[in-house]
Amino acid sequence: MIKRLLGVVPVVFGVLLLTFLLVHLVPGDPIEVMLGESAPMADRAKLRAELGLDQSLPVQFLHYLQALAHGDFGYSIHTRKPIADMLLIRIPATAALALCALAIAIGLGLPLGIIAALRQGKWQDGLATLSSLTLSAMPHFWLGPLLMLLFALWLGWLPVSGMSEPGSIVLPALTLGFGLAAILTRMTRASMLEVMNEDFVRTARAKGINEHKVILRHALRAALLPIVTVVGLQLGSLLAGTVITETVFGWEGIGRLLVESIEKRDYPVTQACVVVIALTYVVINLLTDLLYTRIDPRVRFAS
Amino acid sequence: MKRWPCWVLAFWSLVILGAALFDLHPDVIHLEQVLALPSQDAVLGMDDLGRSIAARVAVGAGVSLLVASLVTVVTLTVGTMIGLLAGYCGGWVDRVLMQVTDIFLAFPGILLAIAFAAVLGPGLGNLLLALCMTSWVGYARLTRAQTLSLRQRQHVLAAQSLGAPAHRIMFRHMLPLLAAPLVVEATYSIAGLVIAEASLSFLGLGIQAPHASWGAMLRDGVRYLLVAPHYVLVVGISLMSVVLAINVLGDQLRDAWDVRRAAD
Repeated sequence: MIKRLLGVVPVVFGVLLLTFLLVHLVPGDPIEVMLGESAPMADRAKLRAELGLDQSLPVQFLHYLQALAHGDFGYSIHTRKPIADMLLIRIPATAALALCALAIAIGLGLPLGIIAALRQGKWQDGLATLSSLTLSAMPHFWLGPLLMLLFALWLGWLPVSGMSEPGSIVLPALTLGFGLAAILTRMTRASMLEVMNEDFVRTARAKGINEHKVILRHALRAALLPIVTVVGLQLGSLLAGTVITETVFGWEGIGRLLVESIEKRDYPVTQACVVVIALTYVVINLLTDLLYTRIDPRVRFAS
Repeated sequence: MKRWPCWVLAFWSLVILGAALFDLHPDVIHLEQVLALPSQDAVLGMDDLGRSIAARVAVGAGVSLLVASLVTVVTLTVGTMIGLLAGYCGGWVDRVLMQVTDIFLAFPGILLAIAFAAVLGPGLGNLLLALCMTSWVGYARLTRAQTLSLRQRQHVLAAQSLGAPAHRIMFRHMLPLLAAPLVVEATYSIAGLVIAEASLSFLGLGIQAPHASWGAMLRDGVRYLLVAPHYVLVVGISLMSVVLAINVLGDQLRDAWDVRRAAD
C-alpha cells in the first residue's frame, strides 16, 4: 500500500510539469495571443511579470508549484478574479453532476448486467447487449442533444438547459450516466458469467440455499471485484465527459469553465481546470486501488 | 447478418470515395432553403446556411477517416516502438518510459487532447498533433505487457542464445506475435479517434468553418434543435453508425483471434 502511495508522487509531479508546460506550447507569444495584437506594451509587460513569464523556466515552475501548494491558482486574465474562487463555485456543480451520473450508471448497469448474465442467450440478454453496444457508440455530444430533443423539446418534461430548476440536472446526468451504464452492463455480465461457473457457487447451491441468495450474496459479491475497478476508472472519464456535457446543457461546472476559458484564451484558467480534473482523476484511481485491496480477500492476504 | 459492420463501413467508404471523386458542392449556399427539411431537392435537408447536409456529411466522413487513419498510423508505430523498447530492454529504460505513460494516463479521456488543442490553436494540423500526442499511450502499454511475456518464450530465448541482435529479436521474433492484439486495439482506437475528432470540432478546437466536420455540424445543429431536428439527427446517426460498426468489428476480430484486451 505504501508502494502504491509513493508511486503517485512522480505521476503528480509529471501532471504538474505537463500542465505547466502547456502554456509554453502556445505558438508565438502567449501574452500577445491572450491580450490581442493591439494591446499596449505596458499591459503586456505587466501581464508577463504577473504570470512570471519573464523568468527562466525552472524558476517559473518552482513558483508555480509553490503557489499551487498554497491553493493559489493565480488570476483570470478575463475577469481579474482569483481562479481558486471560480473553481470553488464550479466544482460542487460538477461533483453533483458526476455523482448523479454515477448513481444512474450503477442503478441501471448492475441490474441489467446481472439479468443479462442469468438469462444468457435469451431475449433479455440480447436486449441488454444491444442497448449497451448502442449506448457506448453514442458520444455525449450526440446523446445529449437527442435526450434534449426528446424529453425537453418534444415531451416538455424537463428543462432544456441551464441549472436554475431542480429538474435541470436530470438530462445532463442521464447523458453522462448512460455511457457508463453501457460499460457497466457489459462488465457485470461478463464478470457474473465467469463467477457463476465457480465451485463456490455450485457448493452454495448444493447446500440448498435459495437461488436469490446464491446470486446476490455469493456470486455478485465475487463478481463485484473487477467492477469496482471499472467504476473507479470510469468515474475519472466521467470527469472528462463533463467538459462536453456541461457545454451541451449550459451546466455551470468546471468542464464548462474549461471550455469558456479556451474560447476567451484565458490560459491560466484553462491550466487550472486541467490540473484540477487530472489530479482528481489521480486521487480517484488511487482510492479505487486501495479499496480494491480492502475488499478482495485474495489481494488482502497476499500483501 | 454477422457481416453488417463490414457493409456499413463499405457504405461509408463508397460515400467518402464519392465525395473525393465528385464535387458535391458542400459549401454552396442556398439562402432560400435555410434549415429546409429533407425533400426531393435536398435528400437530407439543408443546414443553417442553406448548404446540403448530405454533401457536408459525406465530406465530414472523409475528414473523420483521414484524421482517424493518420493518427492511428503514427501512434501505432510510435506506441509499439516505445512498448517494445520498454518491454525488451527492461531496467531503467522501462522505468522511465512507463513513468511517462503513467503521466499521460493520469489525464482522463480526451482532456489532454483538449488542453493541447486549446493551446496549439484550432485547425487540422494542430488537431492531428493534439490527437497524436495523446493516443500512443495505449499501444505502448499493450506492447510492453505482451513483450514481457514473449521474452520468456522458447523461440525468443533460442534466438538470443544464437546471438541474434536485439532489433532482430524485437522485429522478427516478437512483432509478428504482437500483430493480432495490436490490430484489435487499433480497431477500437479508430472508433475512439472518430469520436475524439468530432469532440474537438464540437468544442470549436478542430476543423474550422467553412470546412465540414461532423463535430462542428453537431454543434451548429444543437442551436437549431427545435426548428430543424433533422440536422442533428442525420449527423448523429451517421456518426453512431460508423462508431458502432467499428466497435462491433473490433469485438468480432477479438473473438476470432482470441485476444484479451489490455483494458479488460
